[in-house]
Order: sequence, then C-alpha cells, then structure tokens
Amino acid sequence: MNEALFFFAGPIAVLTALGVVVLRNPFYAVLSLVVHLLSLSLLFLLLYAPFLAVIQVMVYVGAVMVLYVFVNAYVGGADDAGGGPGRPLRWLAGLISIGVAATFGIALLGSGLTAIDSDGAEVGADFGSPGQIGELLLTKFLLPFELASFLLLVAAVGAVVLARRRGGTLPGETRMIAALDLLAPTGTGSMREGIGAINPVPGAVNTKLPSGTRPDGGTASGGTASRDGGEDR
Amino acid sequence: MDIGWYLAVSAIVFAIGAAGVITRRNPLLVLLCLELMLGASSLALLAFAKMHGNLDGHVFALVVIVVAAAEVAVGLGIVVALYRNKVAVDVDELRELHG
Repeated sequence: MNEALFFFAGPIAVLTALGVVVLRNPFYAVLSLVVHLLSLSLLFLLLYAPFLAVIQVMVYVGAVMVLYVFVNAYVGGADDAGGGPGRPLRWLAGLISIGVAATFGIALLGSGLTAIDSDGAEVGADFGSPGQIGELLLTKFLLPFELASFLLLVAAVGAVVLARRRGGTLPGETRMIAALDLLAPTGTGSMREGIGAINPVPGAVNTKLPSGTRPDGGTASGGTASRDGGEDR
Repeated sequence: MDIGWYLAVSAIVFAIGAAGVITRRNPLLVLLCLELMLGASSLALLAFAKMHGNLDGHVFALVVIVVAAAEVAVGLGIVVALYRNKVAVDVDELRELHG
C-alpha cells in the first residue's frame, strides 16, 4: 500500500515540478504547483507527518496559491518570454540543475547512512500528531516559535506597505494629506511615492507591458492625466 | 518504503526548482520555483525525521512553511509594486536598486 501510494505521488510530484519550470503560461504553472503541493502532502502523510500534511494543504494550497492566482490575474499573466538573449544560458541552467541532481544522488548513495535503505525508525501511532508537535513548540523550540510569529507580523506589515496604494501618487488624482505626511522626508513611503517624487523611472515605458495598460502612467481604467512621474510633495 | 526513495524525489524536485529559478524571467514564476525548492527541502526534513524517529524535523519543516509564507507575502508585494510603478516585471531588466 505504501509503495503504491509512493509510486503514485512521487512521479506526479516530479512531473508537475517540471511543469512549473517548463510551462510558459504563468497561470498553468501556478495550477501545476497546486497539484505538486497536493502530491507532496501525500508524501508527507506516507512519512507519518499528518499534521504537516494538513498544514501544507491549508497554508499552501489554501492561502498561498490563492494569493498567486490573484497577483497573476492582476499583473496580467503575460507569457514568460522564451528565447531572446538568455537562450544559451538556458542550456547552462539545465546543465547546472543536472549537476545539482547528480551531486545530491552521489551524496545519497555514498553517504554511508545505512538507515536510508530501511523503513526508518519504528514510530508510534501518534508520531507527528498536533499534540506532540505543539508540545515541542512550546518547550524545546519556544524561541523559534516566537521568532516565527514575529517574522509573520513583520512580513504582513511589509507586504501592506509595499503593495498599498494611496490616492494622489498618480497624476490626475487628488491627494489626501495626512498630518503625518508633513513630517515624512521626501523619498519615503510606498515605492511609488518614494521613487516617483525623486526619480521618475527612466526606460520603463518601452518594456513589455500588457496591452491593457498605457505606458504613460495609469491603467486603462486608472488616472486621466497624460504625464508620468509622481507629483511633488 | 525506503527512506532513500523520498530523498531521491526531494533531490530531483530541488534540482528542477533550481533550474527554474535560473531560467525563469517573470519574478512571479521565480517565486513559484523557490516554493518548489522549499517544498523539496521540507520533504527531506520529514524523511530524516522518520528515519530517526525524532520530531525535531517536523518543527523545522513547520518553520520552513512559515518562512515561505512570509517570503510569498513580501515577494508578491514587490511584484505588485513593480507593476504599479511600470517597471518591467522581468528579473533580467531589474538591475538597479534605486529604480
């Protein structure tokens, strides 16, 4: 039974990983990664890690992949450009990855870890259960646990600061000035505010934008002005 | 099932993810390939945890998932900010930190 499940989930994991790297449409790549993560959680189950398997499905497939799909739809999901000047480097990248795989394979085969060729240690039925992991988290690994929660807080605040959009940073919009803004030095704030006030991005016009956007600032449904560059404070 | 099989899958997926990080040009897809590498490392951690009958690897894998979630939040925030600022969403074009 274990073998059957492994040889069902393992090849699917490898094939869908290849799909993530090879597929040109980003949306298909995201869907391929969803299948990859599901099969990975099946492998987690086979390794007696039920809690991690459930967390994997909840966090990755439930939250992270939804975020990817939304950002993909927002950014436009332009096809990843193949060819171009990077073409010879692609073969180099393939060689490097084959080298990495071969190195890992040699490290595995020559490691001298005899337990690799066995089923591993005998574990009880509650191995990897939420209770045991929670006990470890609150005793032996209390500091990493607290640091992880702090990291999540910092990441959430950072993501909001990076991605938020206040009115008035694009030409033609009215700007609401808060009292705190008068104290803030030039060049601070979100990316648009920081860059736009000091140094309007040169050369950003001729880049590969989706057809729905105008190169001079504002999306098709966005601002009405025709001049790029952030307004001065 | 021998532990070595899981480690082999982990090594192959990690190498595939590394190739993707090198070849992909859309930062969104680079992040996807990073997820591949992180997932492969989690699989290796869990395989070794099973091998030793020790739960420390599970805690490590949990921390890896937390770090991956944080990385996705900040990375996708950067992608959205790049798109808003009309900078090319292409890692080959992003050479300067000051825009």
